[in-house]
Amino acid sequence: MHGNGTEDAGFWAPLGRGGLSSWIFSTDHKRIGLLYLALILAMFAAATVIGVVLRLKLMTPGNTLLGPQTYNALFTLHGVIMIFLVVIPSIPASFGNIIMPLQIGANDVSFPRLNLFSWWLYVLGAVLALVSIFTGSGAPDTGWTFYVPFSERTTTNVNVAVLAVFVLGFSSILTGLNFITTIHRLRAPGLTWNRLPLFVWSLYATAWIQVLATPILGITVLLIFAERVLHLGLFDPGRGGDPLLYQHLFWIYSHPAVYIMILPAMGVVSEIVPVFARKPIFGYKMIAFSSLAIAFAGSLVWAHHMFTSGMSDLAVLIFSFLTFVVAIPSAIKVFNWLSTLYKGSISVEPPLLYTLGFIFMFSVGGLTGLVLGSAGTDIHVHDTYFVVAHFHYVIFGGTGLGMFAAMHYWFPKVFGRGYDARRAAWAFWISFVGMNVLYMPMFVMGLQGMPRRYYDYLPQFARLQFVSTVGSWILVAGLTLMFGNLIAGIRNGRRVGANPWGAATLEWTLASPPPHHDFPQTPVVERGPYDFRGVSADD
Amino acid sequence: MLQAHTNSGGHILGNGFLAFIWAALMVCTAITVLVARVDLGFLNVVAALGVATAKALLVILFFMHLRYENSLLRWMVFMAFVILAICIGFTFFDLAWRP
Amino acid sequence: MTEMHKDYAAAKMGMWLFLFTEILLFGGLFLLYAAYRHRFVLAFHQAGQALDVVLGGANTVVLITSSLFVALSITALQQGRKVRCQWFLALTILMALVFLVNKYFEWSAKFSHGIYPGSEHLAQLPQGQALFYSLYFAMTGLHGIHVLLGAALLGVVMAFVARDRVRQDDYVLLENAGLYWHLVDLVWIYLFPLFYLIS
Ligand SMILES: [Cu+2]
Repeated sequence: MHGNGTEDAGFWAPLGRGGLSSWIFSTDHKRIGLLYLALILAMFAAATVIGVVLRLKLMTPGNTLLGPQTYNALFTLHGVIMIFLVVIPSIPASFGNIIMPLQIGANDVSFPRLNLFSWWLYVLGAVLALVSIFTGSGAPDTGWTFYVPFSERTTTNVNVAVLAVFVLGFSSILTGLNFITTIHRLRAPGLTWNRLPLFVWSLYATAWIQVLATPILGITVLLIFAERVLHLGLFDPGRGGDPLLYQHLFWIYSHPAVYIMILPAMGVVSEIVPVFARKPIFGYKMIAFSSLAIAFAGSLVWAHHMFTSGMSDLAVLIFSFLTFVVAIPSAIKVFNWLSTLYKGSISVEPPLLYTLGFIFMFSVGGLTGLVLGSAGTDIHVHDTYFVVAHFHYVIFGGTGLGMFAAMHYWFPKVFGRGYDARRAAWAFWISFVGMNVLYMPMFVMGLQGMPRRYYDYLPQFARLQFVSTVGSWILVAGLTLMFGNLIAGIRNGRRVGANPWGAATLEWTLASPPPHHDFPQTPVVERGPYDFRGVSADD
Repeated sequence: MLQAHTNSGGHILGNGFLAFIWAALMVCTAITVLVARVDLGFLNVVAALGVATAKALLVILFFMHLRYENSLLRWMVFMAFVILAICIGFTFFDLAWRP
Repeated sequence: MTEMHKDYAAAKMGMWLFLFTEILLFGGLFLLYAAYRHRFVLAFHQAGQALDVVLGGANTVVLITSSLFVALSITALQQGRKVRCQWFLALTILMALVFLVNKYFEWSAKFSHGIYPGSEHLAQLPQGQALFYSLYFAMTGLHGIHVLLGAALLGVVMAFVARDRVRQDDYVLLENAGLYWHLVDLVWIYLFPLFYLIS
């Protein structure tokens, strides 16, 4: 039975003087996580609109809708917002903050004030990114990669944009630092590393990449700033500099960064699959270990982005080989999820649907990644739509669907209410179809030689470009339905109990939504996270 | 509030010992300056970096107390330097074999 | 709200993790240094000759000594000798200022010879030498900013010690500030031979 009033509002109940300041200055991990979620989704909406506009321009060849300079600025903006403001913070900053302390039986992260500071840095980064669009002489037009020498010479507002990236990197570092310390220091008694939920394991591995890789991005963008302001000439071939060194530095961060993006989503999948298959996860230790293996091996492969850049042949060989090695732990995870589903008593609730979508899209994205990682085939598809399709499958189909799965899975915990499951399923299928109609043709166009980031194209690509644009409309329809359904659920969804899915991790032992101060008394853990004996859904 | 405001359990290093480490660092500095004046060819770089690393170890192990921390922290520091070594080292697969 | 007890091990671990990010931040520049030194061995030799070993060596002594002082200040506070701790912190900050003044004279001497980032003179030097100076300014400049930040941090901690917010039974903030300061020293320990001693 659930009454009305504040006791059910949990951590949503007004605190202190209440109002906005009790949120934006709160050090409660749940409130900070929600602040992140709100901003991340707002940024996602903005960058999605930009993406749809880009697709609209590309629907037909020739000079339509946008001028070339606007087009360059828009794809840069789409990339910068999606990568640095949406996908990198996506799951760790939102659900990591809200759920991870609950899953380890802690009442907060190790450094709550630092956590709030990191959110404010995110806000500052977002503001700087906005400023870079509307001030100076035009929005940056370099692409999110800021490659030299163009990024040193363009007169557009790159200075402010790279500062935004620096600040956002700092924010990401502080989140990672906080998570590593929290996971080491604040686990409840009995919660050994062997009993740690796999979501926490994935965040742990992610946090290490955030701490060790992001500083390289920091120095790289600072160097662009320095090059533009002080003219050091460090990457200027006219002065003995080597532009390839910029690419090395950039990808030393940005390849591991794709694991910052995908590992947490894999963690979400590892939580959801056993719950809806009513079976302990298959190969717990392998999944946990493979997260660390991915984090480490992921730092050895960056130069696979540079096969056609004029790098030495030996480097091409070595980085190509290592790229194949890093595929192994990812594949281990996929096999383990499928083995968990095998002979499980599966209930196809919306979180599982999005999870299955993840597995499919990630497999397509991962396998096409091997086409790009193998040096021979990469020569053919490098810098074509094939690459664009590949990373949208991994990042949107993978991280994006993983994020949506997390939203549907933890929604009842965070809001204390349910949502319309049928509508959620419809939204999933429409989005899923839309995604594939949008990106699948790009594989074909890439193989046929359509270069990425081009404003115009040959008539032979017209039909597939058109299909792809139609896909973007279907996708947007699906996303609109999904968000509409969730918002309706927040307003007047059915009240739910503590454990609507019958999951065995600690966050489901708390009321939905959890109270301000999470655990009334410190829990003692005596079982694994996927041991469902004696656990059942409570409504 | 069991453990509130207890001592952080820190290992106290004596003034004499710290001064000894400082003296060792000074000696290393003198050595590296002197060695640089002799032309050893390629070995000059090795010597300079070797002495610098010895000094770095003294600072990390004693001034920064790492010698007295638990093995977890020591592993973490080790891994951070491994990653740095990989970043620089692997880049030379490219740089050292450019045609 | 109940006050949670301070987790010293967490505070220290957090600080070390932050130091890793600083190490890798400089690491990017060390990577560039290694790359360009590999390519322009001779030019780096020649350019390095123009740097003053005495000034660089003096700054090395200054920073190592400041590291000793901050370590001594921690020992003093652990033993409950607050005033002695404050004195050593003051000496550490003084050393930081000496370092920066020294650096100021070194840089202005270079500037007066027309050697500064993007200068005409640099453009006329052989490419390797110009890159050497660009790296020199980038790396010692970034390091100088860290000296400034570290000194400011020590100043804050000194004020905390005065008000007993950092004291014998609660000094992790001092330890962490000390760790940061040692890192600044650590970076210089590598910068010194790489720039001043390679001729
Ligand atoms: Cu990559």
